[in-house]
Amino acid sequence: MSKKFWEELPQGSVVLEAGSSAEFKTGGWRSMRPKWIEENCIQCLFCWMYCPDMSVKVNAEGKREEFDFDFCKGCGICALECPGKKGNKAIVMEEEGK
Amino acid sequence: MGKIVAVTGNEACAQALKQINPDVCAAYPITPATDLMQRFSSYVNDGKVDTELVLVESEHSAMSACIGAAAAGGRVATATSSQGLALMWEMLHIAAGTRLPIVMPLVNRALSAPLNIHGDHSDGMGARDTGWIQIYSENAQEAYDNTFQAFRIAEHLDIRLPAMVCMDGFIVSHSIERVEYIDDADVKSFVGKFQAVNPLLDIDNPKSYGPLILTDLYHEYKRAQHEVMTKVPNIALEVAADFEKMTGRKYGLFEPYRLDDAEIAIVVMSSAAGTTKDIIDNYRDKGVKIGLLKPRLFRPFPYLEIANALKDVKAIAVLDRADSFGGYGPLFSEITGAVMSMDTKPAVTNKIFGLGGRDYLPDQAEKVIDELIKVAETGKVENIKEYIGVRE
Repeated sequence: MSKKFWEELPQGSVVLEAGSSAEFKTGGWRSMRPKWIEENCIQCLFCWMYCPDMSVKVNAEGKREEFDFDFCKGCGICALECPGKKGNKAIVMEEEGK
Repeated sequence: MGKIVAVTGNEACAQALKQINPDVCAAYPITPATDLMQRFSSYVNDGKVDTELVLVESEHSAMSACIGAAAAGGRVATATSSQGLALMWEMLHIAAGTRLPIVMPLVNRALSAPLNIHGDHSDGMGARDTGWIQIYSENAQEAYDNTFQAFRIAEHLDIRLPAMVCMDGFIVSHSIERVEYIDDADVKSFVGKFQAVNPLLDIDNPKSYGPLILTDLYHEYKRAQHEVMTKVPNIALEVAADFEKMTGRKYGLFEPYRLDDAEIAIVVMSSAAGTTKDIIDNYRDKGVKIGLLKPRLFRPFPYLEIANALKDVKAIAVLDRADSFGGYGPLFSEITGAVMSMDTKPAVTNKIFGLGGRDYLPDQAEKVIDELIKVAETGKVENIKEYIGVRE
């Protein structure tokens, strides 16, 4: 978002366009990062359902893709819920920046 | 000319709200404002107004509902007093910061503890920094007249801020006085049709109210909020000029009384100004050059205009019907703020009076004036802050 001068602000801090939260990238809050291990993924989409944001992307074929790291805050719910394949998790949490 | 009636301040304000016919009113009863909203709720019940009356469980909810209704795009009013205003406190800031033109008669009453239902300005002064416009009224006529003007100022497209119309609890709210009503048709054309700005109910244009604004923009929003307040005095004067055309009754940012050639002056708000004017007349008859300045617009406070009106006086007594414990009275602080811009600074004293509805009597005003005469002669103030009418 561009930095505005006080003279340019909308009256009463009303946000006049819908869906503008997409401009506020919250991924920077993350300290833990989910890692998707595709070979262990059974495409159950539990991660997509449980994500409290909308940070698990699903394509037109209904298959999950890479995380949306612009918004993933690293809460780890997806990794916790992931059933994996034969006891091997398809999502694991790793420390950010390692 | 409108009908002349004998009514209380509350009755006059309820009549004003009836004539304005707001879209939504959300209110909770509290003495001494109860009677105002009770009368208004009868108008709702009897179909005299089209207002949606929201009966809520507290003043916090009342102001919350008013904020919602105003954001939805309605003309909104409520009324309260004392603890009710105190309970609204956080929502008052939200109404102002969100720039919602809610109008609220505030029937001034003391704050607990100890519990007291009578009139003083503790409630209004406590809401000084909420971002609301505050207009103080001396009597029922002013409370009635100020209600219409408050809607015009608050709803002005360059302003869009909430406004309180203050009158002294019981002294004005429950005393029967002569009031000149304005004809309904005149009210309608004076107040005009409500213009919604960014209404939430305009569902084809979705928008969000109340976003999170952190370190990157909050400072700028507050700067902008101050700026819009600085525009209020000019708009208030424009509205007052229109009002005078309609009724012949003149209003300013403050009322000067026998101030032109005054050497000493009393500054006092609301009903106590009436008593003080009487005593000033007596002293004028004795040749004492004394005048009065009665602030009407307390927020925003017209510092420079008041400084100009008081520039030739040698001594000023500021009478506060509210206190700041461990500090000077709130009105005193504003007047000394105004004095800062003067070339020759007058001596200023602060008298705290009438707390919890304690009568403000002529002899109190006389004592203040007698002392003020001495202060003007010597230029010396012995005690800056004193309590008057207190047993000691």
